[in-house]
This record gives sequence, structure tokens and C-alpha cells, in this order.
Amino acid sequence: MSLHYARRRAVNSIALAASLLSACFGIFFLVWILKDVFRFGLPAMTVAFFTELPSPPGVEGGGLANAITGTVLITALATVIGVPAGILAGTYLSEYGRASRFASIVRFLCDILVSAPSIVVGVFVYALLVRPFGGFSAVAGAVALAIIMLPVVIRTAEEMLKLVPDSTREAALALGAPHWKVTVFVVYRGAMRGITTGVMLAVARVSGETAPLLFTSFNNAFWNFKPGEPTATLTVTIFNYAMGPYEDWHGKAWGAAFLITALVLIVTLTARFLTMRRVNGNE
Amino acid sequence: MSEKIVIKNLSFFYGKKQALKNVVFAVKAKEITALIGPSGCGKTTFLRCLNRMHDLYPGNRYEGEILLDGKNILDKGLDLIGLRSKVGMVFQKPTPFPMTVFENIAFGLKLNGITNRGEMIGRVEKALKDSALWDETKDRLFEPALSLSGGQQQRLCIARAVAVEPEVILMDEPCSALDPVATAKIEDLMMELKKNYTVIIVTHNMQQAARVSGTAGFFMLGEVIEFDSTHKIFTAPANKLTEDYVTGRFG
Repeated sequence: MSLHYARRRAVNSIALAASLLSACFGIFFLVWILKDVFRFGLPAMTVAFFTELPSPPGVEGGGLANAITGTVLITALATVIGVPAGILAGTYLSEYGRASRFASIVRFLCDILVSAPSIVVGVFVYALLVRPFGGFSAVAGAVALAIIMLPVVIRTAEEMLKLVPDSTREAALALGAPHWKVTVFVVYRGAMRGITTGVMLAVARVSGETAPLLFTSFNNAFWNFKPGEPTATLTVTIFNYAMGPYEDWHGKAWGAAFLITALVLIVTLTARFLTMRRVNGNE
Repeated sequence: MSEKIVIKNLSFFYGKKQALKNVVFAVKAKEITALIGPSGCGKTTFLRCLNRMHDLYPGNRYEGEILLDGKNILDKGLDLIGLRSKVGMVFQKPTPFPMTVFENIAFGLKLNGITNRGEMIGRVEKALKDSALWDETKDRLFEPALSLSGGQQQRLCIARAVAVEPEVILMDEPCSALDPVATAKIEDLMMELKKNYTVIIVTHNMQQAARVSGTAGFFMLGEVIEFDSTHKIFTAPANKLTEDYVTGRFG
């Protein structure tokens, strides 16, 4: 009996140690990455980094002002394209399609699209928008990011809308409300916070994408606010500068990495904060 | 007293499964009619026929007729929105909308085309007073409805249904999730509602049926076994099954 008990205790300790170690293993790399990004990225945070254009290759100084505005421009465009379409598609799946065959096909394709390599999406948009229209452009980059964003937004919107109980829909319909008013004024109301959170996470995710932008928005050494022109982004700048031969470029790449990480972190934390409030609000 | 709703040979099917068999009876206007019977006997199914709630889910089928003021509400081309604004419903669990107390009631009023802010405020106040909820919520009108207690939420749902001034109010076990104090408040409320509305209530609580209703129907296995005045059903039922049920011998 006591031998049996000792064995159970030993197994318990081993299982506990193994799971603790695995958890540390995962966190270790995250902390390492964050530490390096802070250590090398923080010194690059100068006023010039935010206000000046890149200096010519080999010349010290300058900044990444054009890449910062480029990232903001392309991400914003992608959000404008991807989010409304995603929310409407999610609304269809949750409120109208439900168990229909078409809805389950859409759901299945979404799940495939989520795991589609982002570089494939980049090449696809290259063939779709870059080649036929004769050049790289911010719009092409935004479309690529929107395609990556779409399935995430669709599925999150659907899940969040489904969290609104059917009894709430029935109650609104029983008052004599038409289906669309129930969806817009009652169901959206209940799912708003969850959808906002999902959208923010999707935006954060695509703002860190590089591969699809290499084929679409490419790069630009100068200011560009025209959606039809090649546009610099922080992620592509990291790709180019980190591979470059100059020490100054490496510093700038770290700076860009720091900025992107900070941005994603802020958005994720805000989203997390909103989700927490939602859970508490229902108590 | 006039007959508000006449049910003629109503049968209902969930897909192939028949849930109601040849239901026949008439509901009097401005009275409370209680539907009793064991779980799964078709009471709720019947209630949801009266506002065509079953139409939301595919594969459901009605047979027979339900006449509301002489007009068959099972007609294929019937305007469901019009029907549902005449036949309100209160559900088993409170179903407040995810918005403020005020907006919960204003939602239905807006559907009825009320846009004037002053009139809106007046109607919301009246609905809350009619539902004996005004004193508890007058300082909380702009708080989320979900922050109210369960009993308050249910009275809010009744206020919401009453605010749009329907003709018939369906109640599906409105007190089953509530404590005795909240239940008593809602029963008082029902007695008030009887003055202006035709109320049909599904309940598992025999005492409640006996207390509030004037007429009662006993359902079993999708059929109406007996339909008569509540007094008769509870003191001198014609059918042995009814007697066994109301005296608590089964169910």
C-alpha cells in the first residue's frame, strides 16, 4: 500500500516537472526574443528614426519614416478591405447560412485559407494585381494582407456571433422584429466586443507579415502616399537591412523589429483587456 | 366572453416526428389560460405555434388551423412580423437584450415606429410601471439589463412584451427560473395583465395554474386530454388521467 502510494507520488512529481519544463522551454524563447529586440532595438529609437528618410547605402544616419507610414498605410488599407468583408461573411455563416451545405463549404475553405502559407498569397496577388497592372503597389500589398486577414476575421466573427444565445434572437423575433434588425441591433450589440477583439488580433497578425509584401508592395527609398506606387514597410525593411552589409542598417532593422513588436504587443494587450472586461461584464 | 383564439385540428411535426395531434380548443379573450402536463407533452410546442416561432427552424410542419380573431394564422403567406407584434412572448429563461434597461424596452417601441423621444420615455416608464419594475429600476435605466437580478430580468422581459401593446401574451414557464418572491410578483402581474390582454401560460406548477388561470388545458403525449374551467380541472376532472396528474399521482 505504501509502496503504491510512493509510486503515485513519484509519477506525480515527474509529470509536474515535465510539464513545468515544457512551459519554461516555450517561454524561454519568447523572453529571449523580446530581450534582444529591446536591447538592440531601443538604442535605434531616435527622433531621426521616426522623421527622416533612409540615407543612401553606406551613409550613416537617416531614418525609417517612410517605412513607418507605409506599414500604417498598407495595414489600414488591408483592414478597410478585409474587415467589413470578413464580418459580413461571418454574419452570413452565423445568422443565415447556419447548417446549410454552402455555409459548411465556406467554413471548410476558411480553415484551409487560415493555414495557407503567406508567401503563396503574396505570389497569388503578384499574378493577380502586380503583373497585370505593371508594377508593385501599396494596394497589392493591402489586398495580400486582407486575404490573410479574411479567414481569421470570418471565423472569429462567426464564433462571437454564435455566443449570443438563440433565445435572445427568438425574443427579438417574438417582438415582431425583422431578421435584419435582430442581427444589426441585438446580435451585433452582444457580439461587438468579441468581434472588435478578433479584428484587432487579426490586424496585429498581418502587420507583422513580410513574405506577401515582398511580391506586392515591394519597397521604396522615398516617401509614398500613393496607393498605386511601391511602398516601404517596416517588415520588408527588416528583411533588407538585416541582410545588408552595413552596421548602421543592422541597427535600423533592430529598431524596426522593436517598433513592430511594440505595436503588436500593444494591440494584443488591448484586445486581451477588452476580452477580460467582456467576461467580467457577464458576471 | 368572446373567443380570441380557436384551434381546429392542429397537428405539428418536427420533421417526421409528430409532436401535436389534433388539438382542438378555444381560448377566451382577456382571461388567463393555463396549459399543464408532464414534460415533453407538447405544451411549449403548442405555445410556439401561436406566434409561428417554429418557422425559424427548417423541417417543421403545421396541419389544421389556428384562428386569431377568425383569421387563420397558419396561412402560408401570413405576415409573421405582423403576427408577432400582435402575439407577444415571454420565455422560460429571462432573455434581456445585451443593452441597457431603457433600450430593451425602446427596441420594441422603435419597431412600432415610435421615434419621438418624449413619447418613448413616457412609454418606457409606463411599461415598467405596469410590470411593477419601475421603483426598482428608475435609477438604473441606463445600466445593462444583464446587471438586474433574475426576477427583475424576467419582469423586464414582460415589460418589453407589454410595451408594444400586443393582444395576446404567451408565457412559457415564466417563473421556473425564479424564487418564490419573484414568482409571486409575476403572478400579481399576470392578474393585472388579464384586464387588457389574453394570456396563455405554460406551467409545471399546479398551484400556480390553480391560482392564476380561469381555464386550463391538460396535455399528454401531444394530445389535449381535457380542456375546461380551471375550477373543474382541479376539483372534478372528467378524465382519469387528468385527475391522476393534478393530484400528483404521476408526472
